[in-house]
Amino acid sequence: MLLIACPWCGEREELEFHYGGQAHVAHPADPEQLSDGEWGEYLFVRDNPKGPFAERWSHAAGCRRWFNVVRHTVTHQILAVYPAGEPKPVIP
Amino acid sequence: MSHRLPEHPDWLWRTPDPRRSYDVVVIGAGGHGLATAYYLARNHGITDVAVLERGWLAGGNMARNTTIIRSNYLCEESAALYEHALKLWEVLPEELDYDFLFSQRGVLNLAHTLQDVREGTRRVNANRLGGVDAEWLDPDQVRAFCPIVNTSPDVRYPVLGATLQPRAGIAKHDHVAWALARRADAYGVDLIQGCEVTGFLRDGDRVVGVRTNRGPIAAGKVALAAAGHSSVLAGLAGLRLPVQSHPLQALVSELLEPVHPTVVMSNHVHVYVSQAHKGELVMGAGVDAYNGYGQRGSFHMIEHQMSAALELFPIFARAHVLRTWGGIVDVTPDASPIIGPTPVENLYLNCGWGTGGFKATPSSGWVYAHTIATGEPHPLAAPFALERFTTGALIDEHGAAAVAH
Ligand SMILES: Cc1cc2nc3c(=O)[nH]c(=O)nc-3n(C[C@H](O)[C@H](O)[C@H](O)COP(=O)(O)OP(=O)(O)OC[C@H]3O[C@@H](n4cnc5c(N)ncnc54)[C@H](O)[C@@H]3O)c2cc1C
Ligand SMILES: [Zn+2]
Repeated sequence: MLLIACPWCGEREELEFHYGGQAHVAHPADPEQLSDGEWGEYLFVRDNPKGPFAERWSHAAGCRRWFNVVRHTVTHQILAVYPAGEPKPVIP
Repeated sequence: MSHRLPEHPDWLWRTPDPRRSYDVVVIGAGGHGLATAYYLARNHGITDVAVLERGWLAGGNMARNTTIIRSNYLCEESAALYEHALKLWEVLPEELDYDFLFSQRGVLNLAHTLQDVREGTRRVNANRLGGVDAEWLDPDQVRAFCPIVNTSPDVRYPVLGATLQPRAGIAKHDHVAWALARRADAYGVDLIQGCEVTGFLRDGDRVVGVRTNRGPIAAGKVALAAAGHSSVLAGLAGLRLPVQSHPLQALVSELLEPVHPTVVMSNHVHVYVSQAHKGELVMGAGVDAYNGYGQRGSFHMIEHQMSAALELFPIFARAHVLRTWGGIVDVTPDASPIIGPTPVENLYLNCGWGTGGFKATPSSGWVYAHTIATGEPHPLAAPFALERFTTGALIDEHGAAAVAH
């Protein structure tokens, strides 16, 4: 079980959270300009790294706010927690 | 068939050093990679083949799955693919001359809500129209078929009925792998363990081989069968795949007397339970929500599946858990596999089987071998091409694919 530090509520068990997949996936600025391939890519393709991964979590059973986490997908170590909208921190 | 366990695997295949070049290199010696090599040789006469495995043969998800085999999927495309597999399972022990204890004891998919009942009866009708055996059982019939299921109306999610596929069942997974490996080896296929693919050899847009920790190996065609690591490998070839890797775990109890006559699955309360040939109860549930490659799952998933199992099977209350483990499964947005060529010439893809690929092992190998040998998708595989994520022709199996992807 992960221990996740909500930026607003502090450390809570993973059970209180809802997973939202990859962070920083921007909605296309000009959707009608996209080719079918680009649209499929936007809808269906996400990074799936073996290593640090920037992802979204929502504190569903707490403050109900969304935020971002960088987590290592092998060790599950949480390397950064930061509010949605902020750029991804540089992980050494 | 005898029920003596087959001989120890050390003598079932050679362990050759990799040669410098092959017609086909298959990456991953799980069930799918081995079945692909077997059918490349058997159906297409292609025997200049190597199967490269970074760990040990069939030590990935093949060694970790709960061995449920069934073909009661909803969409025509999937039912056809899994039914092809089921028909192959029925002949393979004879054909491979190896008793891997395929036991057609049936699979019950329980319904606990009105929506489950509708989904289940719809799937039974769809299956029957498609020539797949399927029945709808009411709670009394469920009790008659599997007396240890709690069909009392007093539980939180009472059993309102179940679908039954009588021809479904389980098989001894490691013996399946050894049986396929032995025959592939006899055809001359090189099964090479401890050989990790670390990159691809390219000639412009074409793949012409692989880099490995045991040196470069040239190949006419390269076929991925790397399950949870498919997107890592595809990334080395410059491809991004619509798959996400998730931990999926299972557990077994101590050995018990034979008490559990069939396989029981419940999407709603979230557990599946069967009894292995030796007597352990084998249980699994859904994937962890987040991506991961750690080959272990969260403890709360175990708690969740055990509480569901206890409500359905009060008789198991005093059973001890002996062992838990996790695998890494590759999940696609429509819970269906991806099989076929890729935009990179000579590079073929077979992945995205998620939580349910063991049951497909023979047909996965059959259609993949055809696709590699002929360069054209096998008709059963054509709908599962990568292009469906561009055309939008998804095969949405989230309802029937497994217990919650
Ligand atoms: C807990 C659990 C329960 C499951 N239960 C069921 C079930 O009841 N029924 C069902 O139908 N399915 C089930 N599945 C799913 C099923 O196990 C998989 O879909 C299926 O095994 C995938 O195909 P495979 O056997 O080839 O994969 P794997 O056995 O994982 O084979 C892939 C191989 O590729 C190798 N590899 C990866 N990267 C490289 C590299 N760079 N170089 C060389 N080799 C590499 C890996 O080491 C691995 O051996 C379950 C899975 C898990 C984890
Ligand atoms: Zn919070």
